[in-house]
Amino acid sequence: MKKIYSNADDALAETLFDGMTIAVGGFGLCGIPENLITAISRTGVKNLIVASNNAGVDDFGLGELLATKQIAKMISSYVGENAEFMRQYLSGELEIEFNPQGTLAERMRAGGAGIAGFYTKTGVGTVIAEGKEHKDFNGQTHILETGLVADLALVKAWKADGFGNLIYRKTARNFNPLVATCGKICIAEVEEIVADGALIPDAIHTPSIYVHRLIKGKHEKRIEQRTVIN
Amino acid sequence: MTWDRNQMAERAAKELKDGMYVNLGIGIPTLVSNYIPDGVDVTLQSENGMLGMGPFPTDETIDADLINAGKQTITELDRTAYFDSADSFAMIRGGKINMAILGAMEVSETGDLANWMIPNKLIKGMGGAMDLVAGVGRVVVIMDHVNKKGEAKLLKSCTLPLTGKNVVDRIITNYGVFDVVKDGLKVIELADNVSRDDLAAITQANLV
Repeated sequence: MKKIYSNADDALAETLFDGMTIAVGGFGLCGIPENLITAISRTGVKNLIVASNNAGVDDFGLGELLATKQIAKMISSYVGENAEFMRQYLSGELEIEFNPQGTLAERMRAGGAGIAGFYTKTGVGTVIAEGKEHKDFNGQTHILETGLVADLALVKAWKADGFGNLIYRKTARNFNPLVATCGKICIAEVEEIVADGALIPDAIHTPSIYVHRLIKGKHEKRIEQRTVIN
Repeated sequence: MTWDRNQMAERAAKELKDGMYVNLGIGIPTLVSNYIPDGVDVTLQSENGMLGMGPFPTDETIDADLINAGKQTITELDRTAYFDSADSFAMIRGGKINMAILGAMEVSETGDLANWMIPNKLIKGMGGAMDLVAGVGRVVVIMDHVNKKGEAKLLKSCTLPLTGKNVVDRIITNYGVFDVVKDGLKVIELADNVSRDDLAAITQANLV
């Protein structure tokens, strides 16, 4: 089965529709599928629900889709780096569902693994717990969180083979392996597509079964907080 | 004399014990890593997917794929391991991380913590803080004792949306060190020349 596409526009063909849910990998600007995000901004698809830990910055990452007002709702844990996000949220144009970071990761993992829900202590006694089932285990109160399944998953990896096996690099792994599992369709963009058999089977992070389409991208890899020793 | 940011971080570093796995929050907590006492070996966790966080890089070794939870560029160490966000929060939620040192907007006398949003004003999000306070062994907070208007931040009950309820164990402010105990906040240490009377004027929480 052919998984390698020539570019991001081709890879996205016939996967997008208005009102769909898209899960996107990355932490801050680290390990984000920047080529696929930019390609979505060209399609005009709208009313998107985007599940991603962060919302990019004003002109890069998911900030591009906020600038074009294609996103109706974000499911995120932290959005503090994006002024346009704040403006759209405070003016009521954009909805936000805050998920604690670990809960968001586990929702994606569970959704991808066919687990409908799980109980966690995270968020008990806070607004996150409002309206959710509470249940005590071993004398401690937990809340029910649901697995998250997305119509489309977009991930960024370091290397892939032609089968779609993926390897990530350092902290650019972050949400990507979980995002890959929770999409009905998963598109991966990578820095390098290596020869079949060139990846070490023991070192593969995302097995090919989760990846449906694959492109080699060009990555700016913008740094959000450049901190160096003087 | 009250403590400055670095002195608060230095005091917080004394909470670290040999062999601990520790998560440091964004802001003043990040400075704690500059003051880890000699002979104390701790492994720092960064919740974006790393154990064994090293110092900032040089211009030559900077790597866009290697950042901490504050999105700052960092380096790896001999002991470093990388993992995905679900594994990262499995070790947090599973109680494997011994201590978290976090910032705060408000703390109540019962150990409630508020540090993630100011309604209609500042919408940042909780990041990993709700998972951390629910899962780690011990929660230490570093914060200024009062806000920019001089108002108390150690309160009878928090006015801002909570990050967690009854979760804080110890608070380090620019005025001293306080433990959350049954009847309020117990004064453990005071900065030089700070008196109990000074504290009473700037603290709403019950001091014991």
